[in-house]
Amino acid sequence: MKFKQLSLFLENQPAHLKQPCRILAEAGIDIRTLSLADADQFGILRLIVADWERAKHVLEEAGCAVRVDEVVGLEVADECGGMAHVLEVLEQGGHNVLYTYAFTFGEAGRAVLFMRFEDPDAAIAALQAGQIHVLDPVRWLKRTE
Amino acid sequence: MHQPGTPTQEQPTFLPRSAPDYLPEPQLRELQLTRLQAIVTRAYERVPLFRERCEQRGVQPSDLRQLADIQHLPFTVKNDLRDTYPFGLFASPREEIVRLHASSGTTGKPIVVAYTQDDLDVWSEVMSRTFAACGVHAGDMVQNAFGYGLFTGGLGAHYGAEELGATVIPISGGNTERQMMVMRDFGVTALCATPSYFLHLLERAREADIDWPNLPLRVGIFGAEPWTEAMRQRIEQESGIRAYDIYGLSEIIGPGVGSECCAQDGLHIFEDHFYPEIIDPESGAPLPDGEEGELVLTTLSKQAMPMIRYRTRDLTTIIPERCRCGRTLRRIQRIGRRSDDMFIIRGVNVFPAQVETALLQVEGTLPHYQITLSRKGSLDQMEVAVEVTEAVLSDTVGGMEALQKQVADALEHIIGLRVGVRLVEPQSLPRSEGKAKRVFDNREG
Repeated sequence: MKFKQLSLFLENQPAHLKQPCRILAEAGIDIRTLSLADADQFGILRLIVADWERAKHVLEEAGCAVRVDEVVGLEVADECGGMAHVLEVLEQGGHNVLYTYAFTFGEAGRAVLFMRFEDPDAAIAALQAGQIHVLDPVRWLKRTE
Repeated sequence: MHQPGTPTQEQPTFLPRSAPDYLPEPQLRELQLTRLQAIVTRAYERVPLFRERCEQRGVQPSDLRQLADIQHLPFTVKNDLRDTYPFGLFASPREEIVRLHASSGTTGKPIVVAYTQDDLDVWSEVMSRTFAACGVHAGDMVQNAFGYGLFTGGLGAHYGAEELGATVIPISGGNTERQMMVMRDFGVTALCATPSYFLHLLERAREADIDWPNLPLRVGIFGAEPWTEAMRQRIEQESGIRAYDIYGLSEIIGPGVGSECCAQDGLHIFEDHFYPEIIDPESGAPLPDGEEGELVLTTLSKQAMPMIRYRTRDLTTIIPERCRCGRTLRRIQRIGRRSDDMFIIRGVNVFPAQVETALLQVEGTLPHYQITLSRKGSLDQMEVAVEVTEAVLSDTVGGMEALQKQVADALEHIIGLRVGVRLVEPQSLPRSEGKAKRVFDNREG
């Protein structure tokens, strides 16, 4: 029930974000979603793609350092209080969110959140117990192809 | 074939050429004195600059009655070779000189060095003794990635390996793809390269999915730039080979002045051809064995261009104890510091090797770094650029900042200064195929 997220280190300089995107484009790999954490001198690009193993391979071939982490994807109602409800459930279980990013993907009224936890399995159990829809990576990636 | 991660224990190799490595000490000293008297006489008779300096000091070759008398002779420094460019220090007539090499002068004119046929024979001999000391045998497949050409590294190692009876692949430096192909397809067992180029090869081989642990490569002969013990450990752990340090400089002969042995505990100087001294770099006074100072070398048999008391600028110690390998040749500590490489920042002396040591203390970082010195107002700034590898990559900004701090702490611990650390993308720092340029000093004036 966990997505593989790729993280790349980028220097905070013109054209450095474009490079990995171009490499993936040339390999025919579609970026489903991304988030960029930025510091003064550098940034960390986090990517969700369907074929993460191939993406990692082509990026490494091109000289990038790539890290793989497991993140949890959830679907929530795209309405007022949707996010707050998720966070309440997590708070009750004592699950700290390391970071999160959210987006909509063309299905009206639905939004997707990706979240990174110290212990993703325990967080998934808590979310499911709280009636929150935790996404199955294989099915979701196929459905949104 | 070796097991990954368990380097083969090399046995010392005995071959007739290595016999001088084991001369009883009294015999060795006697041989050195005889050769010293002859070479000083030759230089006095044939090299005007040397004669002039001896006359100024009131010394003559006949004053050399014991080895310690060498301290009365004048020093030779690198600038002497530049000032007499190109052929001013030659002691053989031009027609007896069969080979010239030259250093790529980073400042001003290059220096030119010359060899007679006898000199080339000595060079092959000391390089074959170097290979033997590093556990290379007749029949080994030697990939020689030292540069061929005016640089002494390539041809010096080449003739030494041939003399030993190994098969030499004169691939020279550069073209990493071809280096990897040859290493795999030819069954290379020993490689000559700079340590930083070897690390580069190792990284590229990993990316190219080369099954490194199953290659027959057994021995690395590394030289031409200073490297640290920590870097050796990293190389040996990651590649499963034994990594040996060798020492030489063009002014003396090229590679083949000294070499590690199976003990990997200091470099034996081939003392029957090169006489080592350690001096105080400030006063020039000789220091006893066991004390650190500048290495001074005298060539005992070189005909075309004798070097008398050449100041190497390399800082080291002569190890007084006998080596457990059985060689009677004295050893020097591996050279991590050159007085030329040192820079001063905010009043503190810093050597690039200290930065390398600090980086190797931080788990997972590679010793690929670059030092930039700059001046903000009146304050000197030092920044170390470090490549991020997969092993240290975090998916959070906090994680990367923690790494930055860890590196800065390790640097502060070793050099005693808080300096800037900049994380850069993998493979973004230039990889040298010869000597790595580590320090960029942008301070003005």
